[in-house]
Amino acid sequence: MIEARDIRKVYHTGDIETVALDGVSFTIKDGEYVAIMGPSGSGKSTLMHILGCLDTPSSGTYSLDGEDASELSGDELADIRKRKIGFVFQAFNLLPRTTVIRNVMLPLTYANVPHEERERRAREALTAASFPEDRYHNMSNQLSGGQIQRVAIARALVNDPTLILADEPTGNLDSRTTEIVLHTFAELNEKHGRTVVLITHEPDVAAHAKRIIRLKDGKILSDEMNPRPVKAVIPPGESTS
Amino acid sequence: MTTQDLFQETITALTANKARSGLTMLGIVIGIASVIAMVAIGNGAQASISSSINSLGSNLIIVIPGASTSGGISAGFGSTKTLTIADANAIGQQVQNIAAVAPESTGRQQVVSNQANTNTTVDGTVPAYTSVRNLQIAEGAFFSSEQQASLAKVAVIGPTAASSLFPDGSDPVGQTVRINNTIFTIIGETVAKGTSGASNQDDEIYIPITVAEQYLSNTLYKGSPTVSDISIEAANGDVMTQVQNDITALLLQLHGISNPSNADFQTLNQSDLISTVSTITGTFTLFLAAVAGISLIVGGIGIMNMMLTSVTERTKEIGLRKAIGASEADISNQFLMESLALTLIGGITGVVLGFAIAFGVSLTGIVAAQVSLSSVILAFGVSAGIGIIFGWYPARRAAKMNPIDALRFE
Repeated sequence: MIEARDIRKVYHTGDIETVALDGVSFTIKDGEYVAIMGPSGSGKSTLMHILGCLDTPSSGTYSLDGEDASELSGDELADIRKRKIGFVFQAFNLLPRTTVIRNVMLPLTYANVPHEERERRAREALTAASFPEDRYHNMSNQLSGGQIQRVAIARALVNDPTLILADEPTGNLDSRTTEIVLHTFAELNEKHGRTVVLITHEPDVAAHAKRIIRLKDGKILSDEMNPRPVKAVIPPGESTS
Repeated sequence: MTTQDLFQETITALTANKARSGLTMLGIVIGIASVIAMVAIGNGAQASISSSINSLGSNLIIVIPGASTSGGISAGFGSTKTLTIADANAIGQQVQNIAAVAPESTGRQQVVSNQANTNTTVDGTVPAYTSVRNLQIAEGAFFSSEQQASLAKVAVIGPTAASSLFPDGSDPVGQTVRINNTIFTIIGETVAKGTSGASNQDDEIYIPITVAEQYLSNTLYKGSPTVSDISIEAANGDVMTQVQNDITALLLQLHGISNPSNADFQTLNQSDLISTVSTITGTFTLFLAAVAGISLIVGGIGIMNMMLTSVTERTKEIGLRKAIGASEADISNQFLMESLALTLIGGITGVVLGFAIAFGVSLTGIVAAQVSLSSVILAFGVSAGIGIIFGWYPARRAAKMNPIDALRFE
């Protein structure tokens, strides 16, 4: 469970104060599929950094599974990211010149998981992300955009995190590949019960989530359930692309 | 992250840009190789100079005549004829801790054999000369005290003089040569010693000093029965100073000179000579090593430059690694390991290359280079140190990177 309580984030540039988040509070239960939406400048990137434990709030509290992450040092944040968060970024998700399987195993090496267990868990995660098995040993720069995002999703899953946090995961993809990636998220949420938080500025993408939080000027504009989430449909003949 | 993971990351990173890794390493390779080769050449030069000084004899003190002064113009040491056989005998009898004394009278003479003739050094000396000057006999024998006493006209020939006089290669021992119209029978040949400075110790003919005095005095001595120098072998290395001082005192007394600064002779101490030469060659070696050391530092800066470029280039990768949970130590270790691997691989290659250069120089015959273990250890230690020192700053920069900024980096 994720709890954000009265989160404020203020940036200081010289004498100028910029309020990026101004008292944001919400709770996300395990197994939810939430989209956080807003135009650029709404504070959604800042919120993503705090939710992902890449940054700490100026005031307010943020906790993951009851573990307070509001006032931690750099290495403590790294440790909490390692255990509780799986990231999918818009771009530069994979290490270049490195095979798919080694990319997926990377979080496990930092978590000191024994060698023999790493490959097994990486294979499980790749299967869950519907990545074709015959390409496990391809180099990351030999993959298509959709495949890269699936590997990134598998890597986000491999540590069994509390939260899968995706930052504009479809921003660089065409509409067909977008469908494939969104389908993967929906499956993870429904079949595997994963908590997924999707940060996006596109209403079409947000419409796939079961709950939508809208941000504007650092405040929550609305936080409502989506009664009819759009179902992502995999275009015919493209299941592996 | 386990050590095995760290190694794997390092190999991946270094092989990703082989040309750049190789060129960076080249700086270290050249630095290490030149330190090792230069020190080896310096050591070799020192050893070869010391050994040629030692080939003169061991614990050797040489007394040479002093300078002659004519109307205030000094002609330099050795230009006068102030030393006599009597001086040599007095040294042998009165100075303590002496193993042997060998006076010699040398001069250039035209020597004729039945095959050829040559101009060579004729050296009138005593049997003790062999031990004092470390002269080895290859064939036959050196003349004995009896032969000296009985004025036997016998000669011992050096290999260079032998090949000049007997160009057909026939055995010189048993043959005769004519020196200044006197017939000498050759009874021995010396082992080649090589050149020592300007004089070729193998181009000599040794005859008893008594015979030289008797038959060659008109050409060798030009009138007075003096000697060119007196070689004294001290009993051991520790008494060199005492022996040298006693000889000086004795000769001053014999020559009736009260003020030592007016001495008409000079004593040369072999160990002084070696230590002077060692100081010079040591300075020379240090100079060579310092020049090579500078190239090692330049190589280290090359490593730092490459690591800084690499950290900047891989900013996004660092951001990604941190986002998925890498600690500062994980990132720092990864970059330190890369620079350490570069310097160590470069260091090993440099040591091998250094040995190869030393071996190549030895093959040319100019100097027998000696690779010293200490220079290898030093060079290796320095290269590992460079890896850590010059890798530390880039590694720290990588580790301290903010993951948000790193991910956003364009």
